[in-house]
Amino acid sequence: MIFAMAFLVGGLICVVGQLLMDLTSYKVTPAHILVGFVTTGAILSAFGLYQPLVELAGAGALVPLTGFGHILTQGAIRGVERDGLLGVFAGPLEAAAAGVTAAIVFGYFFAILFKPKG
Amino acid sequence: MRVDFTKPAGIQHKQYRNFVDRISPKPNVLVNVVWAFLVGGSIAAIGQALLTLFLMLGLPILEAGAMVAVVLIFIAAFLTGLGVFDDIARYAGAGAFVPITGFANAMVAQAMEARTEGLVLGVGARLFTIAGPVLVFGIVVAWLTGLIYFLFR
Repeated sequence: MIFAMAFLVGGLICVVGQLLMDLTSYKVTPAHILVGFVTTGAILSAFGLYQPLVELAGAGALVPLTGFGHILTQGAIRGVERDGLLGVFAGPLEAAAAGVTAAIVFGYFFAILFKPKG
Repeated sequence: MRVDFTKPAGIQHKQYRNFVDRISPKPNVLVNVVWAFLVGGSIAAIGQALLTLFLMLGLPILEAGAMVAVVLIFIAAFLTGLGVFDDIARYAGAGAFVPITGFANAMVAQAMEARTEGLVLGVGARLFTIAGPVLVFGIVVAWLTGLIYFLFR
């Protein structure tokens, strides 16, 4: 059941991105979509609106980039609860550290190892 | 009706624009949306399978979620290097870009193109052409949320 919900919610979030790309001006590039989704996820999470979606759909809500925004915001809130003002600064990246480091390290290695096609 | 060369230049220009608009390929929105849904949904379902697996192995929920991101980022970065990610994204569009896989793809694709510009200002800098703005906006919103929470909790 959780797999069906993950598929459904994950797919629908991507559909929103596709509609934004196809139905708006050519100036909306994938880069704008990525930034927009992270920002939207972080804001929804701040108002407590994203956690219910995570409980409903699991990875369906966490895997899209809105989930990355959610993780950053929740990291800030957990940081405040643990360390006060210092947590405001440390919390967001602490929560996202594994993903960010993986993206930098794997990104660097594969960019060096492979030659671009064409 | 294409362009009537007996008409004034302004009207010719308008006719030409209409002609170009008519023959330019339109994005087939319905087909794109179905592809985005199927591929995006599949990536999320794979993420869920990994999440369930890591939870069964005894990881707490936050660590399990982080491991899912690490694995998906590895796969997406590898497939981008092979050139396979581009082939998938041509059909999947936002279905491949919107999941965390798109974040990894954006880093590798930009950096790979920049190898001739050197390791520092080429690969090192271009890894963050798209990832940089994503981190900036995400962290600024999270920081503001944390600050408001600190002041008013």
